[in-house]
Amino acid sequence: MQQLLTTTLSGITLGFVYAAFALALVMIWRSTRIVNFAQAPMAMLTTYVALTVIDAGYSYWIGFAAALVAGFVLGAAVEWLVVRRVDSTVEINPVILTLGLFIVFHSVAALVFGSQFRSFPAPFGVRGFEVGDTTIALTGFGVFTILAVLAVLGLLLLLFRFTDVGLRMRASAFNAEVSRLLGVRVGRMLSLGWALAALVGSLSGLLIAGGGLVHPSYMDPVVVYGFVAAVLGGLDSPMGAVAGGLLLGLCLSFVSGYLGSELVAMAALLVLVAVLLVRPGGLFASTVQRRV
Amino acid sequence: MKRSSTSRGGWKPAATVVTVLAVSAAISACGAGADRDDSSESTGSTVGITDDSIKIGGHFPLTGVAAPGYSEIPSGHQAYYDFVNANGGVNGRQIEFEVKDDAYDPTKTSSVTNEMVLQDEVFGIVGGLGTPTHGAVVDFLNDEEVPDLFVSSGSRQWGETPEEYPYTFGWQPDYVIEGKVIGQYIADNLPDAKVGLFLQGDDLGEDGEAGIRTYADKQIVETVSYTPGNTDIAPQIAKLQAAGVDLVVGFNVPSYTALSQLVSLKLGFAPQWIYSNIGSDPDLVGSLLADFSEGAVEDGAALLSGVITTEYMPGIGDDDDPWMQLWEKVWDEQGGKGELTNYKIYGMAEAYTFVQALQAAGEDVSREGIVSAIEQAGGSFEGPGFGPFRYSEESHLGLSGIQVVEIEGSGASKALTPVLVTDLGDAPIEEDDSAAGDAPPESGIPEVEPVG
Amino acid sequence: MSSLLASARQSVLARHLTAGLVAAVVGILVLSLVSEFRATQLAAMAYLGIAAAGLTLLTGLNGQLSLGHGAFMAIGAYTAALCLQDAEPLAPLPVILLAATAVAVLVGLVVGIAAARLHGPYLAGATLALAVAVPGLAIFWDGTLGGEQGLTVRVPDVPAWFADAVFFLTATDPTRGRYTAYVAWLVLVAVFVLLANLSRSRVGRTWRAVRDDEVAAELAGINLARSRVLAFVVSAACAGLAGALMALVVRIAAPSGFTLTLSLTLVAAIVLGGLGSLVGALAGAALLTFLPQLVTQFGGDLGLDDVRSAELAPLVYGVVMVLVILLAPTGLVGSLRTWRHRRAARSAQPPDPERTSTTHHNTTERARA
Repeated sequence: MQQLLTTTLSGITLGFVYAAFALALVMIWRSTRIVNFAQAPMAMLTTYVALTVIDAGYSYWIGFAAALVAGFVLGAAVEWLVVRRVDSTVEINPVILTLGLFIVFHSVAALVFGSQFRSFPAPFGVRGFEVGDTTIALTGFGVFTILAVLAVLGLLLLLFRFTDVGLRMRASAFNAEVSRLLGVRVGRMLSLGWALAALVGSLSGLLIAGGGLVHPSYMDPVVVYGFVAAVLGGLDSPMGAVAGGLLLGLCLSFVSGYLGSELVAMAALLVLVAVLLVRPGGLFASTVQRRV
Repeated sequence: MKRSSTSRGGWKPAATVVTVLAVSAAISACGAGADRDDSSESTGSTVGITDDSIKIGGHFPLTGVAAPGYSEIPSGHQAYYDFVNANGGVNGRQIEFEVKDDAYDPTKTSSVTNEMVLQDEVFGIVGGLGTPTHGAVVDFLNDEEVPDLFVSSGSRQWGETPEEYPYTFGWQPDYVIEGKVIGQYIADNLPDAKVGLFLQGDDLGEDGEAGIRTYADKQIVETVSYTPGNTDIAPQIAKLQAAGVDLVVGFNVPSYTALSQLVSLKLGFAPQWIYSNIGSDPDLVGSLLADFSEGAVEDGAALLSGVITTEYMPGIGDDDDPWMQLWEKVWDEQGGKGELTNYKIYGMAEAYTFVQALQAAGEDVSREGIVSAIEQAGGSFEGPGFGPFRYSEESHLGLSGIQVVEIEGSGASKALTPVLVTDLGDAPIEEDDSAAGDAPPESGIPEVEPVG
Repeated sequence: MSSLLASARQSVLARHLTAGLVAAVVGILVLSLVSEFRATQLAAMAYLGIAAAGLTLLTGLNGQLSLGHGAFMAIGAYTAALCLQDAEPLAPLPVILLAATAVAVLVGLVVGIAAARLHGPYLAGATLALAVAVPGLAIFWDGTLGGEQGLTVRVPDVPAWFADAVFFLTATDPTRGRYTAYVAWLVLVAVFVLLANLSRSRVGRTWRAVRDDEVAAELAGINLARSRVLAFVVSAACAGLAGALMALVVRIAAPSGFTLTLSLTLVAAIVLGGLGSLVGALAGAALLTFLPQLVTQFGGDLGLDDVRSAELAPLVYGVVMVLVILLAPTGLVGSLRTWRHRRAARSAQPPDPERTSTTHHNTTERARA
């Protein structure tokens, strides 16, 4: 019974981490129709920024803020310096571009920060809460993770639904030409989209690192699972990203606990294929996609 | 029109090629009269050796997921060779150590080993790291009759079958004998414990499990394994907890020691922990855990206090040990970059053994010569190891002595058993501390007499 | 008219066959002249080239992006390794290679049917998951597949007739390492001849049509799903065969050899060479084989320590990938072709502006294909 509870709770926490990462992918997809494979190493870099700040003697929260700011800047810089200059009429080009950036960021991190394991602090307790005389597998940091992701989801929904900037961002992504004619500064909107997405990505990096170990490859599993979560949810929907993350986190946790951890990746594949065969546009696809 | 022109263009190089072919076929036909028999070389290949140098190489993960930690081992090697070279080398020969990155990918191991052996013509491979990676090249090295010395992995296959791999030698105690020693300790001292195994899903876990089951099979109530790279191990630990385990034996790497401790905190799971030597490294794990001090882990070293592990040579924390003093001296004089770690010490200790082997092989060292020198003299090499090496014509396995210890608050350890020496299979476990009192010579450089 | 077409096709086939034959003989000669180490490097280039060739047809010609072809290589490698466990191989080498291809075809069929329904990022996501999922199976079934340590491969003895033939041509006896290199290059040549014909054939034209405009292709009576699945199966077959050769060359099949990096490496190879071009795939494979060694050496020469110079190789890869896609999205081969056409157009007298510009357009389009 306790094993069931533990597996469920750790699945939920893990799911919210995937959700945070998937949210970042959804942001970029919504604003530029690009899947950013370099999201994970970007988040890894900003986590190292936080670690450097914390190691220099500042508090966790200053490091936290520094990472988010670094993420925002990095996202805008990547969009403005590189992504904007790629010929994205051929669908595969941006994919390859971000894969290339993936490799570059990885090596840069290993060159600059070295490839040792470093531990990353957590701002809240890493001991489970005690209810009566049993400990439940939920820590202060786990609660923080869940709340942070829900807050980000809420803010994003507000941004896209109710603000002028959000509307312009959606318009730029949907049809750049028409938006430009209507006076939207499309380029700025695209940069903003990337910047915000990278900020959310940095948050996911911090949440994964918290109370764990950091090294240049620590985000690699999330590349796959976060992406699968985003695709499960339909890439276009923030709600879908969170739902996809939760579904995947729970599935993987159960497979790992009851079947064997070597089957986790296979389980992710099967869940993904099963969902996509029924709904090729993901769980939360608003319209049936049809490329013409 | 366009097509015909391109096709004609396509034929022109083809015609050239055919001409070249004809010519080269004619040339090669001249050589075809040569003797087809393998002109087997006279005994004693001296590839990689000159009068004043000897070139060796090793493959290590310098990039990728396995790089943290392991990438420090070659720097330990290098520091010790620099130290020896600065003191005149071995028999007047400077040791050149070539390090190649394989990113822990057997495909790359194969390619870089080919490069070292065939292109750069190294004398031998020393300290090649990893079971799957080294597995990709062990056949090749033995086919080519290249000494494959002191593999950095505790798999039993490096030395169990010298008839199959005559050029390959292990170095560290294999995981099977470590498992046996831990298993016996449990059976003798903790006979009522309900034992759970926490295993890395490869040879480390498998061999360790086989060793433990030799003595403590009946006490094991649950076995879980994790896949390296998958950092979410809460489900595995929860399974151990659900089975009512009160003693966990972990055959895992250091990062998973830290993770398993953190997850146990999260789950309120507080069994007695026993970690294998490879996973305990109190220096590293303690520093990893200490950094969580902003959270709930007040003192990392304290968290590991009371954990049982094994040791086979002195490491960080044993400041009074003469070997540790040697390593610190070497590191300060030659390496210097960064803190001394147990990984670097591991590399230096392997390098020390290699220098001994080179001395044993004598002035006229050859590939065959060094192999037979280790077989004859290796059993009596004095080194930092608590037990002797098992090297002989029948076995190429490495160190045989292990001690069960308990980690105390500050990272120091308290011996729970004397040094125990054993071998694979049914070999009994015996007390033998004959090698534990060895101290390095004053110069820091071994003085092994040439064999024969 | 039809007979004219037939003879034209026959001549294409004949040309490919002759070129193949020449390439095979040249390959054997080159392999016998270079050092043993170069021969093994060339063998690695050959198997990467085969896998990249299959992938470039799938991505370049048919427009499906797969990030998971390393998985098919793993399947081929494990099939071959299972057949090459004992001193006596289960079957002659060509049969083993065919068996590895066949298993990859079966799996490719299943994956391809699922993939045919997916587009763009959804397909990329599914194949990405495939790339990380398949090596896990080798650990799950560690009894048969050897777990993390993998399966060691016993390279079969060099057949006497083959040794004789090589001896006749080059006056040297092939070692086992060289033998695998010969085999890899012969297979490479055969695969390239087949693929070159395929891409020139009706099937190849169908694939391009599907890539360029699905609706138009469907209106023209092309069965979209069938075309997609076929392209996927062909490329999976190539990857499986490449995997089997890789097992022979590397002498082991282990999960850590088939990480995501391998799949991404293949994508990098086809992009660097030029999407859709077989020659480009081979050029990309060559770059990926020879570049790391050069870059690492260069790092050492600059005075970097081993760890840092080892990190330099992926850094250069990544930077080159980014630059190619930004500055020359048609890859090496495409850029060369454009440059040649531009030069030809410039020297043509008198220049016909309209025609040259359309040629340009066409070539870039084709190269991008």
